[in-house]
Amino acid sequence: MFEQPGEFTRQIYSVSDLNAYIRALLESNENLIDIWIAGEVSNLSKPRSGHIYFTLKDMDASVRCVIWRVHANRLAGVFRDGMRVEAHGNVSVYEGGGQYQLYVDGIRAAGEGRLYQEFLLLKDQLTAEGVFEESRKRPIPPQPKLIGIVTSPTGAALQDMLNTLLSRFPITEVVLSPASVQGEAAPAQIVKALERLNKFARPDVILIGRGGGSLEDLWAFNDEQVVRAVAASEAPIISGVGHETDFTLTDFAADVRAPTPTGAAVMAVPDINDIKIGLNGWSLLLEQSMGDVLGLQQSKLTEEKNRLDLLSPGWQIKQRMQRLDNLSLRMDHLVNRYFLQKKQQLELAEEKIVSFDPHNILGRGYVLVEDKKGNVIKTIKQVQLGQDISVHVSDGMISADVTSIKEKE
Amino acid sequence: MAKKPASIENQNYEQALTELEDIISSLENEPSGLEKSVAIFERGKALIKHCQKLLDSAEMKVRQLEEDGSMSRLED
Repeated sequence: MFEQPGEFTRQIYSVSDLNAYIRALLESNENLIDIWIAGEVSNLSKPRSGHIYFTLKDMDASVRCVIWRVHANRLAGVFRDGMRVEAHGNVSVYEGGGQYQLYVDGIRAAGEGRLYQEFLLLKDQLTAEGVFEESRKRPIPPQPKLIGIVTSPTGAALQDMLNTLLSRFPITEVVLSPASVQGEAAPAQIVKALERLNKFARPDVILIGRGGGSLEDLWAFNDEQVVRAVAASEAPIISGVGHETDFTLTDFAADVRAPTPTGAAVMAVPDINDIKIGLNGWSLLLEQSMGDVLGLQQSKLTEEKNRLDLLSPGWQIKQRMQRLDNLSLRMDHLVNRYFLQKKQQLELAEEKIVSFDPHNILGRGYVLVEDKKGNVIKTIKQVQLGQDISVHVSDGMISADVTSIKEKE
Repeated sequence: MAKKPASIENQNYEQALTELEDIISSLENEPSGLEKSVAIFERGKALIKHCQKLLDSAEMKVRQLEEDGSMSRLED
């Protein structure tokens, strides 16, 4: 070993170093990041760790692939062994095995990329034509009497829809217009089934849909003729195609888009339990209306009773008694006033009489002169010189002789 | 208001509910005699009972539309 000393002077790397170096090389190569690889799935394995391992292969080659647990839940359902897929991810190295691998974070059925391009193109075209206009959407009748269904007679979607309708709103009727929902013949069959339904059954609403599947499985619902037929349907349409995350052009053209066939059935009908509760509300409303009617009649009755009371003998007597009281009061008043007036007149007369009493005048300095016979002397002609006269003053009488008589000038 | 003394038994759920609505609005808005009101009210009660019966006993009818436009009972 030591005969070739030159070998000892070279740098020696460990396996770990080698693999780490290769890994760094691959991971820094822009061509190996964010790439799509097409191939067939094989050796699919889903150990309990939650990661998914499989091999992608074509005619001549194969590559190991890993889906880490963070992506595994999302992607596990969309592919299986033997399926042709397109996987997205980046290339790196599993250093423990010295093996380069594709680390996958997205996966789709082969051809979906092309289908998606077609989808976008048709979507743009129909959008431009106004096929998806919000203003074209019609309301769904709240309690449809007849519901049309366009789907496969053998699919799980039909059973889902029927079960949902039965449990929510069994008083409705259902007409199935069968159509294949997958494969070459599906679009034409769906169009015919829709037309037949509108022509012969004339349902209040139509449910159209199918269960989940690959984008290719759902492709019939992106067919231009199907989309146009949905938009042109006489009855409003609820679409329920695939899963929550699947959007088809049929969904855009439908009046309402439901996430699944079951969801479409839910949206088509109310819950009968709510209706039963509503019926209790009707019952209450009816009782209340009747209560109002009775109340109205009661108040009418009270009003009539009041009017009748006005006409009763008792009321009449009361009325007359009151009138009598009234008259009596007025009379008292008149009588009082009469006597008061007379009293005042009397007082006035008394004052006058008093003022005429001659003795009253004597008090003020006047005197009353009489002859012996008591005649009041008013003129000089009644007296002669020497005659006895009586002069009356306020508090007595003075006897006097006439000593002179003079006539007024 | 359409006055059709149709037999309650023969009415479907929609018809019964429509008449019930009419009855309530007539009780509310069209004053009529007490006797008549009571009769209308009784009919309303019967309609509600009928609706309840329909809801309780409903059996969804499912048919299949054939290509010629005829309908056949769908067996499941």
